[in-house]
Parts: sequence; structure tokens; C-alpha cells
Amino acid sequence: MHIRIDQIAKEFGQTTALHPVSLNVPQGALVALLGPSGSGKTTLLRILGGLEFPTAGRVMFDAIDVSAMSVQDRRAGFVFQSYALFRHMTVFDNIAYGLRARPRATRPPKADIARRVSDLLRLIQLPDIAARYPNQLSGGQRQRVALARALAIEPRLLLLDEPFGALDAQVRKELRQGLRDIHNQTGLTTIFVTHDQEEALSLADLVVVMSMGRIEQIGTPNEIRTAPSTPFVRNFIAA
Amino acid sequence: MPDTVPHAFARHAVSPVTERAWVRHTLIALAATGLAVLVFAPLCVVFQEALAGDWRTALANPDARSAIRLTLTVTAISVPLNAIFGITAAWAITKFEFRGKALLITLIDLPFSVSPVVAGLCLVLLFGANTGIGGWMVAHGHPIIFALPGIVLATLFITFPFVARELIPLMTEQGRTEEEAALSLGASGLRTFATVTLPNIRWALLYGVLLSNARAMGEFGAVAVVSGKIRGQTATMPITIEMLYNEYLSVAAFTLAAVLALLALVTLALKTALELRHADQLAAIGHP
Repeated sequence: MHIRIDQIAKEFGQTTALHPVSLNVPQGALVALLGPSGSGKTTLLRILGGLEFPTAGRVMFDAIDVSAMSVQDRRAGFVFQSYALFRHMTVFDNIAYGLRARPRATRPPKADIARRVSDLLRLIQLPDIAARYPNQLSGGQRQRVALARALAIEPRLLLLDEPFGALDAQVRKELRQGLRDIHNQTGLTTIFVTHDQEEALSLADLVVVMSMGRIEQIGTPNEIRTAPSTPFVRNFIAA
Repeated sequence: MPDTVPHAFARHAVSPVTERAWVRHTLIALAATGLAVLVFAPLCVVFQEALAGDWRTALANPDARSAIRLTLTVTAISVPLNAIFGITAAWAITKFEFRGKALLITLIDLPFSVSPVVAGLCLVLLFGANTGIGGWMVAHGHPIIFALPGIVLATLFITFPFVARELIPLMTEQGRTEEEAALSLGASGLRTFATVTLPNIRWALLYGVLLSNARAMGEFGAVAVVSGKIRGQTATMPITIEMLYNEYLSVAAFTLAAVLALLALVTLALKTALELRHADQLAAIGHP
């Protein structure tokens, strides 16, 4: 799905989280929103997912204006920074949650849900953990379960907030490749937020550098590396 | 090579961060003695006094029956209402930002700091027969004060903080992200509440409900003011116990007191049984 962000702005009371920003995300792209904390990248991601409404501007999914669409109707697969797995449910129930929450008319039969969950567990390469609870999993496993849960609803796009933020370096590297593989397999338009320039530049097709609620530069990793357009980008990439 | 272990290590063999043996034993003994003298002994005496007398006759007394029925009715009405109020208040305080939040938190705590007698008097002043609302209700045959509605109101006032106070710290700590995750997966608000919020708070909720249940059955001061103490009609168990005791009917008083204590013990046993039954699950979800 093609996403267009058109002059989106967000204010929280007196503070401006996002100055009007615009961005085009082509169908099937893997995009990084890169910036320090407080740059507005998470706010932008939450606006795309329907978890915040913008103060001004429009969000278009293909040709449809979804600015006022509820979070449920957006069908965006959202992976939260702390994963937000349901701690009182098994991995199976976590992944099945979105399918079971569908209205009766579109809810798949039990057997289909079970099949879909085991397909997803295979996709994240954790086929044997269906009966476990989130706190019996390692950080990396939790992250992958959160990804599977978001994919279960057959999302129109995938949004990830600092997906590797809480993991150690080795696991991070593995999961990066894992996300790349899943992106290639599903072809989903994917946007992730990160403050790690190396992660953004090595993983994304398109990098959006943000600072103080503004977009500083949009470009391929190569363009960002070789032709930073502002002093901020140059310093941030060098850091 | 145990003989090479220095003495200093051997002394703290239990755990390097625990207290010395005599400190531990003294603390445990103090706690146990306190509980035995202040809690366990009085309870035993109540049961002993009741069982030593003619408790069957005391229980068959229609006034005692009426008191038990009234207390159970008041509890059955006020505890579910307070559970709902408590969840609502805790939800509002922990999940939204709004003006007057600090005031709301203070108001929730008010019943803890105001004397129950004062609370009862306030209700009389607000809903008594010579006030607007009270007079109108009396004229239409439904008095509030010196009747069941007044007793329920007083009980609600006294037990209001219990559920909310249990839930607020827990819900603050849990934040909103699990709810946001459920919504982003397509669940409605109601479904999110039923399948994510409620399961996450159920143990704290149960504990709050049990506390308010115990207090609802045992409340004396506020209820004494609004009930009018009409024997067989508006006298709850604690009030009946006091009246019987003042009339030197000690067997009847102790029998009813034993029943009241028994009801409290049943709720406590219920909680323990539930915890034991769900021990595996509690451990799995990392419940304290």
C-alpha cells in the first residue's frame, strides 16, 4: 500500500510535537524514521497507526483519506516498543487475538485460526512456544511474537516503534535480518522508528531523518550517507 | 574443602543479605505474638462465648435473623456498586489526563479521613425527612434515612476507596500499551476492557472487593446514625450486636458476633482458595 502524509502536524497542549510534515511512502518500501528522542518520529508513527489524531493535515492510504478513521479500521500492524504482549495470555492466544476480535461475519473458524497461528510461529522461527506465557520468553522471542501478532491480522502496513531498542547487540543483528526477510516475504509497506543511525542505514530502503518535529532529509541510505542535506543530518550520521 | 571455608562465610550461610539469626527470630516472634494477642485470641473468645451459651435459640430469634438478612442485603447491593465505581474511578485516573484529577484522587481518599459518624450525619442532613429530597421521598413512601437506602448510601460512602485504592497503583504501573495493542489489533473498546484490562487487574480487584465486603458487613458508625436502629427492620448485625450487648444479652450478642466473624473468615478463605487454585497462572504472569 502506498502511504501519503500530507502536512501532518501535532500539538500536545502548548508543545508542538510535529510541525507540518509531508512524506510519500511507496508501496512495499521499508522505511526508517530516524532521529533523537523528542524528534517526533514516534508521534508520526502513532498517527499513521491511528493511536493519535493529528492536529492538522491528512493521511492517505492509497487514494483513501484515513485521517479520521478509527484505529480498529486502519488495520495497521503495530509493534510496540515494549512489545505490549498480553501477559495473561499464552503466545498462541496473543497471536490469535486479532483474528478472534473480528466481527462474527469475518471471523475465521477455529481450525483456520490455529493454522494461521502455527504458520506465523514458523515464519518467526519459533514453532514450539505456543503454550508459553510472555514472561517465560527472552527479549528477542517477545519481539518476534509481537511481530507475529501484528502480522496475524493481515495488516495493510506494518509499523514498528524502536523494534530492537531493548535488545543486546547480537540479538539485534539477527532480528534485523529477520525483519528484512519477513518484509521480503510479505511485501508489506513497513515503517519503523529508530534512534540508531547504523540500524536505519543498514536496514531501510528509505531513511527519513527527523529532528525537533521536522523532517530534515528523506533519502536512500546512500544519499543520506554521502550527501547529508543539513548540518544536523551530517552530525547525527557521524555520531 | 569445607575446612578451608573461613568462619565469617559460614556465619552468613543462609544469605549474605539477610539479618542475623537472633534479629530474624525476634522479629518473627514479635509479629507472631502481636497477631496472637491482638487478632487470634479475641476471635477465639467470641466463638467460645457463643458456643458455650445457647446459640441455637439466639440464632432463631427473628431480630437476629432480620439483622443477618439486612447486612447481607446491604453488602450485596453496595459491594458490586463499589466495584463498578472503583473500576471507573481508577480507569479515569490512570488512563486519562484531565483537569481536576488531583481533586478526584483526594475525594476518593476522603472516606478514609472523615469519621464515619460525620459521614452518617452528612447523609441525614442531605436526605433526612425535613430536607427537599428526603421529604419528597418520604411523601412518596420511600424514605431514605432510617431505611435501607440510607444504610446502603452510608456503606457505599465508607467503602468507596477500597477498590479504587487497590487498582490505581496497579493500573498506573501497567500503563496503556496493552490496551492500545488490543485496539490496533481490531478489538472494540468493550472487548479490550473485557479481555485485556479486566484480566490484568482481576487479582487487585478481587482483593479490593474482599476488603470492601468485609468493611461493608462490619460498618458501625455511619450506619448507626442513618439506620435509626429500628430492631427487626433497620438494625444491621453490628448494630444489633451492640444493642444486645448493652442489654446484657451476652450470649445473643456473642452468637451474632461469631456469625459476623465467620462471614469475614469465609471471604478470607475464598481468597486463599482462589490464590492456591491459580498459583501456576499467577506465577506465569509474574504476579507479586
